[in-house]
Amino acid sequence: MASYLLRRVIATIPVMLIVAIFIFLLLRLTPGDPATIIAGDYANAEQVAQIRESLGLDQPIATQFVIWLGNMFQGDFGESFFYKKEVSELIAARLEPTLSLSILTIILTVVIAVPLGTLAAYKQGSWIDRGIMGFSVLGFSLPVFVIGYALIYVFSVQLGWLPVQGYQRISEGVGGWLYRLILPSIALSVIFVAFIARMTRTSVLEVLGEDYVRTARAKGQTETRVLMRHALRNAAVPIVTVIGLSFAVLIGGVVVTESVFTIPGLGLLTVEAVLARDFPTIQAVILLFSFIYVLINLIIDVSYTLLDPRIRY
Amino acid sequence: MSSVAISPARQTMRRMAQNTSVMFGGFLVLLVVLMALLAPYLGTRDPSGISPKDRNQPPGYETTVRDRDTGQRVTVEYRLGSDTLGRDVYSRVVYGARISLIVGVSVATIAIVIGMVIGVLAGYVRWLDGIIMRVMDGLMAIPAILLAIAVVSLFSAGLLSVIIAIVVPEVPRVVRLVRSIVLSIREEPYVEAAITAGTRTPTLLVRHVLPNTIAPLIVQGTFIVASAIIVEAILSFLGIGIPPEIPTWGNIMAEGRSVFQLYPHNILYPGIILAITVLAVNMLGDGLRDTLDPRFAKRV
Repeated sequence: MASYLLRRVIATIPVMLIVAIFIFLLLRLTPGDPATIIAGDYANAEQVAQIRESLGLDQPIATQFVIWLGNMFQGDFGESFFYKKEVSELIAARLEPTLSLSILTIILTVVIAVPLGTLAAYKQGSWIDRGIMGFSVLGFSLPVFVIGYALIYVFSVQLGWLPVQGYQRISEGVGGWLYRLILPSIALSVIFVAFIARMTRTSVLEVLGEDYVRTARAKGQTETRVLMRHALRNAAVPIVTVIGLSFAVLIGGVVVTESVFTIPGLGLLTVEAVLARDFPTIQAVILLFSFIYVLINLIIDVSYTLLDPRIRY
Repeated sequence: MSSVAISPARQTMRRMAQNTSVMFGGFLVLLVVLMALLAPYLGTRDPSGISPKDRNQPPGYETTVRDRDTGQRVTVEYRLGSDTLGRDVYSRVVYGARISLIVGVSVATIAIVIGMVIGVLAGYVRWLDGIIMRVMDGLMAIPAILLAIAVVSLFSAGLLSVIIAIVVPEVPRVVRLVRSIVLSIREEPYVEAAITAGTRTPTLLVRHVLPNTIAPLIVQGTFIVASAIIVEAILSFLGIGIPPEIPTWGNIMAEGRSVFQLYPHNILYPGIILAITVLAVNMLGDGLRDTLDPRFAKRV
């Protein structure tokens, strides 16, 4: 187990390295002189020269990369050109809203999607099954900002039940925090509910055909117990895998949702940084998001042993 | 079943004609394509023509103007209302279909061509495989929308840069698919027989490997079209996609954001059309996957 863990961790290093090289080259490959681009339209020659020196642009490209990577490892993402602040500070300030939105969305998704998928599998072929699967195709196709605005229109503008947009820090009260996050997390969860309900249905269906399910029924266990204890537990591995893979889509969705609901998180920071051509911030945010994505999938891979005792490394 | 033998191609066509997803999705896609092609003849006006006195009007608003050439009074109707500059939302939505389809089809075509070349290389040239797949793993570790945002931030805004930005995250997915097909085809007895018989690699690729990739790539391509249309709309909506003067569904919504609470039509109508289009393309893809290649349907 320990050796597997080690091998699995080591295997992520080349992936992260490729991500780092790509993000590093992104700025260096820009047509024109990176220092001029970083300095912006209103910089004078002196400022450009200063930036060139601080980035080590006179060094060979490999050396530049090593310096850059070393800085990243020490949490030094450089200074934002737009905000004139350390990028690490910016990220720290924007972390809470994004984490809140993501966690709430995942909880909502799992609570809705897993029972729906199980129900669809259990009632395979019925109108319930067809309804849930129909919703699943629809959920895939509805862009998150369309859902977001539709929800705002109905629940905020017409009914006036929930706030249109904005965010309140959790330290200022859990009630207000939750109140403002309800609509964004519902909007964001639709696509995942569609995705994970479909996957749950497939894997539960597969398990329901197994001998041990027939045995469980034959010995007179209640249907609930058959579903919960025998079917769902054995179907857990593929479901959890899909939850891990959908994190990539979740991160993309966070960017859009934060923009629709004006939540001052990392997603909104990304959009602001792109509009301002704030390259250090763009690099840092993308590197961070990719790192989190790889890390989550690593954790999920390792957690298989807990979910399924048959899997041993 | 008839006893007369029918060709596999006709069998596939028959399966497709019987599949509701293919027929319904295909029908809706056809409608959107017609809307894009016939945009000037669908009662539209210049989608960029502004009219400050008619701005922010609700759907169905009518106004009378004097025609510049003839001097006659004509009634102009804003079927889906007007935006903050008094442009006709209906015309903009109809013309917007063009951009969405151009982006969707171009992205799918380019991603498949690039992905196929790299995928065949990875599947065929063993020493390249490790390197290529590590690079693809790395690219796939960057969430697609973020990767597109990163690429788009490098170029000046425009149709081409948006297409490139959406192609980059799609390529690794095509590469993986093509590579896995190539690897499984290599093990087939008829390919081994061809190799033993001395068939040269280019002939082998064209005759045995490429035909096997067509069906899965058509299916994959359809899904790429759907996702490219969404990503383009997202980029435009965030204000980092196609320049705002070009009517795209994302741009129309972006412009409607500031006045959404008072005039929701700017966001709702393009949103509905966008959702229907993506739904239609996805349904078509689902149906094609089930009918085009039954083996492929089981594999995914």
